[in-house]
Amino acid sequence: MSEFWGPFWIVLAGALAGASCGLLGAYLVLRKMSLLGDALSHAVLPGIVIAFLLSGSRDVIPMFIGAAICGVIATVLIETFHRRWRVQEDSSIGIAFTALFALGVVLITAFAGQVDLDQECVLYGEIAYTPWDRLFWGEWDLGPRPIWILGTVFALNLAFVLVFYKELLIASFDAEMALSVGVSAALVHYMLMGAVSVTTVAAFESVGAILVVAMLIVPGASAYLWSDRLKVILTLSALMGVISAIAGYFLAGVWNSSIAGAMVVVMGFLFALSLIFAPHYGVLGRFVRQVRLSLKVARDHVLLKLLRERESQRVSALSWGDLVDTAARWVSGIAIRSLMWQGLITRENGHFSLGEQGVIHATRLLRNHRLWESYLNQIGLPPDHVHDPADALEHFTDDRLREEIRAALPNIATDPQGKRIPEG
Amino acid sequence: MLHAVDESVTPIHIHDMTVAYHKKPVLWDVDLAVPEGKLVGVVGPNGAGKSTMIKAIMDLVPKASGWVRIYGKPYLRMRQAIGYVPQRESVDWDFPINALDVVLMGRYGHVGWVRRPDKIDRELAEEALEKVGMTDFGHRQINQLSGGQQQRVFLARALAQDAQIYLMDEPFAGVDAATERAIIDILMDLRARKKTMLVVHHDLHTVNQYFDWLVLINMRIVAAGETKNVFTEDNLNKTYGGRLTVLSEAAQAVAHHQRGL
Repeated sequence: MSEFWGPFWIVLAGALAGASCGLLGAYLVLRKMSLLGDALSHAVLPGIVIAFLLSGSRDVIPMFIGAAICGVIATVLIETFHRRWRVQEDSSIGIAFTALFALGVVLITAFAGQVDLDQECVLYGEIAYTPWDRLFWGEWDLGPRPIWILGTVFALNLAFVLVFYKELLIASFDAEMALSVGVSAALVHYMLMGAVSVTTVAAFESVGAILVVAMLIVPGASAYLWSDRLKVILTLSALMGVISAIAGYFLAGVWNSSIAGAMVVVMGFLFALSLIFAPHYGVLGRFVRQVRLSLKVARDHVLLKLLRERESQRVSALSWGDLVDTAARWVSGIAIRSLMWQGLITRENGHFSLGEQGVIHATRLLRNHRLWESYLNQIGLPPDHVHDPADALEHFTDDRLREEIRAALPNIATDPQGKRIPEG
Repeated sequence: MLHAVDESVTPIHIHDMTVAYHKKPVLWDVDLAVPEGKLVGVVGPNGAGKSTMIKAIMDLVPKASGWVRIYGKPYLRMRQAIGYVPQRESVDWDFPINALDVVLMGRYGHVGWVRRPDKIDRELAEEALEKVGMTDFGHRQINQLSGGQQQRVFLARALAQDAQIYLMDEPFAGVDAATERAIIDILMDLRARKKTMLVVHHDLHTVNQYFDWLVLINMRIVAAGETKNVFTEDNLNKTYGGRLTVLSEAAQAVAHHQRGL
């Protein structure tokens, strides 16, 4: 095997397995059925072993048939346990898949001598053998067998998702609505489970029974964090499967470790990255939004404090110590500095006062605050109860909302404390 | 039967229908003939079987006995004549989909398996969104909509189904006053166009104002007919009062017996 082709076939096998699993996995995560993917990938084992024993070879066709039958049996068992015998759904899944998987393990070990099938390979896969496992047409070498299998399965999965996109969508979102427009959610469910079973088998030899679960769940769960659009999620999920395969291969080289294992480690790493950096649902994004929000609130409070002082005509400037919010010194300090930087407030002789633009901003905020107080008072809150809610609402009141409140308060010039509501 | 029902002009005709969950009956011997072009309220206490009745009409739950005819034909042949608004809580609003694509689902029954919705379907979906006052929200992710807006999206989806009969499961639950007004306006408009609507409803205060026909239900039909005849204190007592506990005790006993065996 050449320097190039050996690694190429291995990476391609991993990429095809990752993309196949990623496509279906996105749906499993979406339908909150990740566990079912896990269950099926294990439950097909006895089907494969029996197919090996009966056919006496590692032919693909008997293997797929055995797995598909076993997958359907597992799905039916789970449904029956749950719906008919009222076992909890998670328990039903747990019972069905562990029992079938155990049966598979027993069969392998009992008949290990008779077929070319060993526990290690089934559990952990042997993607490294990909380049040497050839497919022949008569005398003709067609290339590595796993590539043909995984390529076919990927094409089938892609076709399945494209052709039944609409049916998968409605059955996943609203099963009853689906039924009422003639799309049997149960049929879609069995088709998806059938596809998962077949994909599992195809990925089996490459990545093994345990790691295929990661391939089914992790890319989908990661992609789900990045987008609110199903098409983007599906694409990303498949893409993450591919990236993991490529990066995993090289990582395995560096660590001198199992290739399939390294691929899944990369998947875990991608998930961690998603969890941190995904814009809407990522930890970092949330943190940034939170900081930005508290900064906005702190800035508003600084502006309001200065305006109120000015209004009371005691002083028009405040010292740092008077202005900074002692309860949130750090954020408040940044708020003051950023306001100064923007010229909304100015400092002279160590005292702060509102700039020209600052007055406009602050007046609008004060108007918000007092309009809210009046409004809350009008809808029944006593005057001494309205300050705190108004304090929270003033920051989030845009022009439209302000006009709505204004319209609900005809001819009101002062707030419940008798203070003037400024125009702004 | 006291009077024969002319099935071909009866939108929904239910005959001796009993529905059971796990052998425990939740609806007993329902007989109901809903006249065409009426806005019909379905009212009763929690667990009275209101949603179950609607689902049984659409074959979403199996019937233990009895049958339903839609304009004289079985449901399966009349599926496209029925538009459905499920309870808002019945779906996951974090699902990655926007409002317009949800409304477009109303067209799926007309589009058929495997084929894609075309430009006309899209236009109809946009039209439906416009009718519920949600044009600007078509591309909004559904979890960014308020409860009232989500309910409007569901209603728009049913409108996109372009049906003769609309079955609605608590369309007014948890919506703001403006949405309630908007929804009732649309229902009145549908009635003016001879559509028939069966609406599960909770608020007894608005029954007289909204519905011209009423079904009072508590595990069986207590009364059904024009609101002015049916909406009486006596009937409400029968629906909400203790008299019907015999039926629920019977249901408990059946369930108990099943478990005991």
